[in-house]
Amino acid sequence: MSGLDVLFLAVGLLTAGSALLAVLSRQVLHAALWLVVTLAGLAGCYLVLGAELVGLVQLLVYVGAVVVLILFALMLTRSGGVPVVTGRGQRGGAALVGAGTTILLGGTLVAGSGWRAVEVAGPTNTEVAEGVLGVYVWPFELLSALLLLALVAAVAIARAPVGGQDDASHRPGPAPRALAAQGEDA
Amino acid sequence: MIRPALPYLLVAVLAGLGVYGILARRHAVLVLVGVELLLGAAGLLLVTVGQTGGGDAHASAQVLTLFVITIAAAEVVVALAVVLALYRARGHLDLAADLDPRGRPDASVPGPGHLPDGEAAR
Repeated sequence: MSGLDVLFLAVGLLTAGSALLAVLSRQVLHAALWLVVTLAGLAGCYLVLGAELVGLVQLLVYVGAVVVLILFALMLTRSGGVPVVTGRGQRGGAALVGAGTTILLGGTLVAGSGWRAVEVAGPTNTEVAEGVLGVYVWPFELLSALLLLALVAAVAIARAPVGGQDDASHRPGPAPRALAAQGEDA
Repeated sequence: MIRPALPYLLVAVLAGLGVYGILARRHAVLVLVGVELLLGAAGLLLVTVGQTGGGDAHASAQVLTLFVITIAAAEVVVALAVVLALYRARGHLDLAADLDPRGRPDASVPGPGHLPDGEAAR
């Protein structure tokens, strides 16, 4: 076991453990917060593997933005009483499928790579920049269009009339006024 | 020197947990948590192959991981917008319930136009 192995083992165990808690926790907010630990641990894995740029982008985009979005969605929807887990049968089936995925994927990957140690030899940040702005420049530009599209689509979906059709009975607007009028009458 | 088997095992564990999270949760946001775990496993697999698999002229693995992270951010934005719209239409985020927002409002679940939770009880 080299130093990098031990380091990766530590970060990887943290990541796997918090991922397990994120999937098993019955409190919605706790699950989201364990997801923060998982994604930060994943960024640590990238750093140990020598991909500093990807690790820092992961930290910036996931821990900084995506998790905040998820927390905002949780607070905007304040669904405290909804049961979060399915029945025992579906959970058992899901555990079976998940374990099957792990065994198949892990077995294939480990059988392909073997247990021997190799040198960490990734591209430098200059080469990554050349890749992003050279070879992959068109996908990169398309990604900016995709982000803009996602932004506009998110606003359009979140503001659309309830029910997908503009029917007066489906609008959420009049309901509070109607309730308030009933309250005044009473 | 590092053993690539360790990152590969972590990839397998994260993917399995992600699949379990997607299948075993009925809260919409928690299903998204499972999707995030799956995407993280995909990114870690790409980076591991790129860092231990020998030379690559274009740094493809890291570039593609950056793309995956960006696409995942776009995906989660749209998905959370759908979650918000669903909550406004139904008043809850239970994926096990009837989710068609145009369907007839069920007596047990608050339907379109109904207010969620406390306000409906007034």
